[in-house]
Amino acid sequence: MKNALESIRAEAGRLIGAVQDAQALDALRVRFFGKKGELTAILKQMGGLSAEERPVIGALANEVREEIDATVRGAAKRLANAERAARLAGETIDVTLPGTRQDLGGRHPLDIVLGELKDIFLGMGFDVVQGPEIEYDKYNFEMLNMPKSHPSRDTQDTFYITENILLRTQTSPMQIRTMLAEKPPIRIICPGRVYRSDAADATHSPVFNQIEGLAVDKGITFTDLKGTLDLFFKQLYGPETRTRFRPHHFAYTEPSAEVDMSCFKCGGKGCPMCKGEGWIEMLGCGMVHPKVLENCGIDSTVYSGFAFGVGLERITLMRYGIDDMRLLFENDLRFLKQFKGA
Amino acid sequence: MKLPMEWAKSFAPFEATPAEFAEKMTMTGSKVETFEREADAMSNVVVGRVAATQPHPDSDHLHVIQVDTGAGEPIQIVTGAANLKPGDYAPVALHRSKLPNGAEIRKGKLRGLESNGMLCSLPELCLTTHDFPGSSEEEILVLEEPAEPGSDAAVALGMDDVTFDFEITPNRPDCLSVRGLAREAAATFRVPFKDHTPPEPQGKGDVSTLLSAVVQAETCNRYSAAMVENVRIKPSPRWLRQRLRHAGVRPINNIVDITNYVMLEYGQPMHAFDYAYVNGGKITVRMAKEGEKIVTLDGIERALDPGMMVIADEKGPIAVAGVMGGEYSGVYDTTEKVVFESAAFDGPSVRATSRRLGLRTESSGRFEKGLDPNTAGPALRRALELVVELDAGDIVGGILDDYPRPRAQRTMPLNVAAVNALLGIDVSEKEVIDILTPLDLKVENGVITIPTARADVSRDCDIAEEVVRFVGYNTIPATILSGVAKARPTARQLFEEKCMRVLVGCGLWQCQTYSFYSPAGFDKINLPENDPLRDAVKIMNPFGEETSIMRTTALPSIFEVAARNWAARAESCAVFEQATEYTPTPGEEDLPIERQKLVLAAYGPSWDYAALKGVAEALLEVAGITRWEVRRNDAGTTFHPGRCGDIWVQVPVENAPPELVKLGTLGEVHPAVTESYDIKPRLVAADLSLDLLFEASGATPQFRQLPKFPAITRDLALVAGEDMPAAEIAGAITSAAGKRLESLTLFDVYTGEKIGPGKKSLAYSLVLRDAAATLTDADADEIIGKVLAKLGGMGVALRQ
Repeated sequence: MKNALESIRAEAGRLIGAVQDAQALDALRVRFFGKKGELTAILKQMGGLSAEERPVIGALANEVREEIDATVRGAAKRLANAERAARLAGETIDVTLPGTRQDLGGRHPLDIVLGELKDIFLGMGFDVVQGPEIEYDKYNFEMLNMPKSHPSRDTQDTFYITENILLRTQTSPMQIRTMLAEKPPIRIICPGRVYRSDAADATHSPVFNQIEGLAVDKGITFTDLKGTLDLFFKQLYGPETRTRFRPHHFAYTEPSAEVDMSCFKCGGKGCPMCKGEGWIEMLGCGMVHPKVLENCGIDSTVYSGFAFGVGLERITLMRYGIDDMRLLFENDLRFLKQFKGA
Repeated sequence: MKLPMEWAKSFAPFEATPAEFAEKMTMTGSKVETFEREADAMSNVVVGRVAATQPHPDSDHLHVIQVDTGAGEPIQIVTGAANLKPGDYAPVALHRSKLPNGAEIRKGKLRGLESNGMLCSLPELCLTTHDFPGSSEEEILVLEEPAEPGSDAAVALGMDDVTFDFEITPNRPDCLSVRGLAREAAATFRVPFKDHTPPEPQGKGDVSTLLSAVVQAETCNRYSAAMVENVRIKPSPRWLRQRLRHAGVRPINNIVDITNYVMLEYGQPMHAFDYAYVNGGKITVRMAKEGEKIVTLDGIERALDPGMMVIADEKGPIAVAGVMGGEYSGVYDTTEKVVFESAAFDGPSVRATSRRLGLRTESSGRFEKGLDPNTAGPALRRALELVVELDAGDIVGGILDDYPRPRAQRTMPLNVAAVNALLGIDVSEKEVIDILTPLDLKVENGVITIPTARADVSRDCDIAEEVVRFVGYNTIPATILSGVAKARPTARQLFEEKCMRVLVGCGLWQCQTYSFYSPAGFDKINLPENDPLRDAVKIMNPFGEETSIMRTTALPSIFEVAARNWAARAESCAVFEQATEYTPTPGEEDLPIERQKLVLAAYGPSWDYAALKGVAEALLEVAGITRWEVRRNDAGTTFHPGRCGDIWVQVPVENAPPELVKLGTLGEVHPAVTESYDIKPRLVAADLSLDLLFEASGATPQFRQLPKFPAITRDLALVAGEDMPAAEIAGAITSAAGKRLESLTLFDVYTGEKIGPGKKSLAYSLVLRDAAATLTDADADEIIGKVLAKLGGMGVALRQ
């Protein structure tokens, strides 16, 4: 009997190990474990054994049964895995085909750059405010120290609506509106559209965007203006960016300055971008003229402030290497789609 | 303002290369735009001395010239000009030379004879007979004075000076002059300013017996005049012609040149005119009379009005004050006596007159900026000094000077502490004084005396500017603002950002279009003649039709974008703009109302009414607006009458129930409109108020418990009349089902023969749930029963 069990063990191990499909495996399971199975038949003969033999053969029979059972389960798992592998192989797709999706649109390059500028100034504590584009002459000019006959007006060809109402030529009127409405400390930037009676060409547009900045508080100095704008350009163009301040004149600031930035292309060595100068003219700024503070009811002996104005188009054109300002307002999709990753 | 370096150095003996000069002047506030040496365009051109001339043996118009160019043996040059004789000095372009007119010269043969270069005439040197009056443009230029053969012709021709072009800001009219800029240069390079004080003129006789000059106009601060008799009109000497040329002014004759020279040197416009044309010898500065006219020097007759200041004689205006003289006001070969005028006209008055006449001149441009009347005197004396020096005539004794509104010198205290406080630096009083003194801002006992030419200086901040531009804008430190930095976007700004993101996520591209357009845009969008949107804010001085009115609706703007992209063969286009619209207000002195819109337009295979409405729904969803509805709008002319709806939303009203307002319109664009824009495919568009969208936007969402009890889903296939809006059916279902209706989804719409003509089938899925108990089938049946009963009353039945 012992021999019979050992030969079943060997036979089962050989057959089950070689089985190739689930049906054959099932047949083998029946052959050994079924009601008329080989192992079952042996176990049925256990009754005829002596008392000494019965525990020995019984233990062996159990061992063989468990071993064959484990072999069957192992084979079943092997077959199932093979079957799944075969199925998965049949499901192979071309993973390099394009995805299906809802097409995304995109932001206008001016808006993308404006977003960056707003973030930088918000981080420096400047609130973002907005004001009317059709504005009073007195806010756009007069209260900014440019009375009706002031020659500075000649530099800003103005669209008029009535004698006293115009399309703002700068975002500076928001300085006046803010200072009339609020007491210092004030820190604002005002982005928005401005208008000048210029024909559209590669570098001019009758409509363009400016960002005005204003800070008014006790003890604000010209060195603060320098530090603020220097930090702004470093944030916008990287920590190695340098700024250069040149004396200039604006009626509503004194002292006034124009600010150049070290060329972001060549780092200041001189290249076509900066016309070989190493510097790029970026904005105008200055200390708020005391007369402007006084016009707004702010005591110029107690408070001081600075203001600056920067053109959004200029920064945007340079950022993306766009060579014609008109493209910004034509909204050709072939143009707009170039900035989807911006 | 063009500044010749040599002229500037005559007042300020600085030492600097042109590049250094440009850089330093720019950094102290006088911005150099460009600079140029006249001779830079020229190379290898030297002085030659004619040794011998003879006719060309094989030509009747060529001449063979032997020229000494300082290189041993004379060289042979063949030329067409016949004016040279031995001993003449002329510019010679040697082999491999470049001329200012762009020509490159090489040696060659002319009719068999070697020619080793070219003898130059005026045009080749880009000069004219104004610069060298003794020469002719057809002849070889013969130098007026001898020069070393072989030396650089640029020096001999006076072409070796450098001219700087300055951008002068409006606050510094004093720098529109050689003296003014030279003073800045002296301060910049810390060299003494060598001013020149013209002497008192020594004339014969008494000018007041010939001429009177009276100022009547209040806008004339000063009128000075002097006279010269026995005028001897001839060319000016070369040094003066050269300075004028380098300053960009064409030499004419000695008298005219003197006025221009003094204007450049002093910044004071001067006028010289023939005494013979001053009727009665009486000059009055007055306002023009109604109906007066003048033919100005440019030959144009101009109507004057009482707002314009004129120089008049007994008969009438002979010049528009500070703008332009009359037709007879020049100087002629026959002129015997000349009047020199040096006046100070009020800037705003000249500016207004010049604008009204549409006539801008060098003179008006200068007067506009507000000139110092105290310059008029020295300028006139300088002119008379030059008359003597140039032997241009004999000075008549005395000067006429009516100076009714003198500009007095002002003073102000020097407040070094205030200057330092504004700048954030610490300079000593001595340093400040050292900076101010060379600028003619004299400090004594703590008081600054301001020269009358510096009207821009009156306050501490002005002194601060003078100080910092010479301390150095870039030598002072940069500091960070102190105080608390607190800023954040407003709710509105955050909301706008959210809307932009949704639109981009829905596949639309953001645009920026002009805020103005032509009124033709209204016709293009098919707006009725009497539509209130046609009442737009008008620009008084438009650049053209295209910039003549401010948009009252941004639809034409966004349609233009679609049209441009269709014309560029874009198969599909979906665009939007956050656009401002401008609505006029009745009051003349009120600003127009500016409203923010979201305008959307789209065409292409995936864009139809439903797709665009989906975008609008997404916007409403992120805005947290749950109470909204679309009502059909068949009354418009811009949109397809059968495919257009208005979106109505609830906006909160303070202390009152919420109000339903029209958020905007959405639909397929009328074919008449797409045709006018040449857009072939169907175009869908939306015109939504961003302001109302924000107003209606929901409050912070509040959490509700997740459902604890199961839901029951029932589908209903309904048949209704084709005209019945789905919104009405959905409304009926919602109201009949009550609050146990968790959601209602339309999942199929069918029209066709299966249900017969004039009908449509709508399939809805209803999710029913009771928040407090498990809903039973019997409960669901009861709800559905109510729904069907209500629908039945509307003629909507279950589909069989």
